[in-house]
Amino acid sequence: MPASSQIGLSEARRQGERPPALEIRDVVASYVEGRRVLPVLGGISLAVEEGEFVAVVGPSGSGKSTLLDVIAGLIAPESGEIRLDGQPLAEQDRLGRSAYMRQRDLLLPWRTALDNAALALEVAGVPRREARERARARLPEFGLEAFADAYPAQLSGGMRQRVAFLRTVLAGRPLLLLDEPFGALDALTRVAIQDWLVELLERERRTVLLVTHDVDEAIYLADRVVVLTPRPARIAHVEPVTTPRPRHRPFLTSPEFVAHKARILAALGFLDDGGGDR
Amino acid sequence: MTTELPPLETDQDRPLRVLPAPSRLALVRQRLAPVVLLIAVLAVWEIWVRWDNTPRWFLPPPSVIARTLVNDRALLAENAWVTLREILLGFVVALVAGVSSAIAIHASRLLERALYPILVASQAIPIVALAPLLLIWFGHGLTPKIIVTALVAFFPITVNVVDGLRSADRELLNLLRALGAGRWARFRLVTFPTALPYLFSGARIGIAVAVIGAVFGELVGAEAGLGHLLTLSAANLRTDRVFACVAILAALAVCLFSLVAVLERLVLPWRRFLVAAQPDA
Ligand SMILES: Nc1ncnc2c1ncn2[C@@H]1O[C@H](COP(=O)(O)OP(=O)(O)OP(=O)(O)O)[C@@H](O)[C@H]1O
Ligand SMILES: [Mg+2]
Repeated sequence: MPASSQIGLSEARRQGERPPALEIRDVVASYVEGRRVLPVLGGISLAVEEGEFVAVVGPSGSGKSTLLDVIAGLIAPESGEIRLDGQPLAEQDRLGRSAYMRQRDLLLPWRTALDNAALALEVAGVPRREARERARARLPEFGLEAFADAYPAQLSGGMRQRVAFLRTVLAGRPLLLLDEPFGALDALTRVAIQDWLVELLERERRTVLLVTHDVDEAIYLADRVVVLTPRPARIAHVEPVTTPRPRHRPFLTSPEFVAHKARILAALGFLDDGGGDR
Repeated sequence: MTTELPPLETDQDRPLRVLPAPSRLALVRQRLAPVVLLIAVLAVWEIWVRWDNTPRWFLPPPSVIARTLVNDRALLAENAWVTLREILLGFVVALVAGVSSAIAIHASRLLERALYPILVASQAIPIVALAPLLLIWFGHGLTPKIIVTALVAFFPITVNVVDGLRSADRELLNLLRALGAGRWARFRLVTFPTALPYLFSGARIGIAVAVIGAVFGELVGAEAGLGHLLTLSAANLRTDRVFACVAILAALAVCLFSLVAVLERLVLPWRRFLVAAQPDA
């Protein structure tokens, strides 16, 4: 399996010496609580090229969110190295380098939808007025313009998640770390936001690492789908999805799609004969 | 980079989740209920005292107290102003000192370990008992009253703000860290706003006890103020004036408390939409 993750690397070399936007090398991480040590990441290596879209799937509790925390610089790995644009960076130097959307929407209850969407810009040093103007311009795309002045407590779960997503996209960082960004959305809104993301990525070149529980979503959106093992997580399988992006809805029912899905589910252990034990 | 993408068609016309505003009549009725009760109590009091022929020095009827309020208005106003000034000065000192100490305690592990437990424990101590000591040290002037008032208001404010600063959502702080926010930005954007409702809870308790602190400071020894006038009037068996002083103090306390509550609503408009309320006085 490291072989397949090397493919991206050597391709990049051939294309002209651009280092990967994100490179994870042998990352091992554990949570320590008192005297108990919980190994979570058991040696993960992955290179994500600039502009590439990589989806991560894996059993619940396998360490997907932890992996994103490590990349974002929130958690120090026990060993291993993270490189951004080829540079090995310590945790504190990775802070502020990526646009991170965590599993919970994490809106500030005292800020309106608009001001929440503008938060990442403000943190990046954009003056408040300008940040708000830029956020306001994007609200309609998310069906939120009628709710600019609503507080999070007045919004539905799906709307809150859209505000959080907008905040992340507006951060303007080239690397997007998305932890189940569409989890709380109903099927229709989910499809609409996925399409919106696809179009955004057509216009603005960004590198995406997306954690999801939805295998269909992973195949539909990503260039590669990385399957993690149960904790401590290792890479069980990497599924390249070569159909060029952007893809369209018919792709979802194509034979290639089904073949990808079968291999991913197998790697997840869903197609085992004695199924149902997980 | 301009991105014009097709808008989403969801939720567009769904109305905001706003509670239905209570009708004006219902509101008036709600506000009126305690007033009606108060009037009823005063009426019973008036009738009882007149029917029983209770001596005035023992228990004057409300009508006599009302007359005293009008006749002695200059004297009462003069003394009320002294007390109000003590309350406000003491409260402001408590607010500034309380918030600063809370931030210091929050920022320093050492202070948190050493000082915070003492602060919590000291809430059980009747601070007003210090008033006689302050009289010895600072005499009859304004200073000892402000110190007592500030001391009694300081503790609830500090303890509440420390709790508030502590309750900031760790995950939210982490998200801001991941976005590149420094210590100060995280404090300004997350920690302090989280503590604001707690600050107001503390301030509501603080202003209420500040009134008690100021009056107690005056009872122990003063040359002016409602507490002083009250002691003097009681000694002269001017019970009507004692009641007048008490009435003004009560009105003062209610007004100040309401002022804090109104301020809270103005500063924290988002709180109205929360179903699960946070700490309440
Ligand atoms: N802060 C923490 N302290 C201790 N243990 C933790 C902490 N966060 C997560 N864990 C544990 O580490 C393991 C991996 O957690 P993580 O959140 O990374 O999983 P996940 O793959 O994102 O799961 P899910 O798909 O349910 O979101 C879990 O067993 C979890 O209980
Ligand atoms: Mg997770």
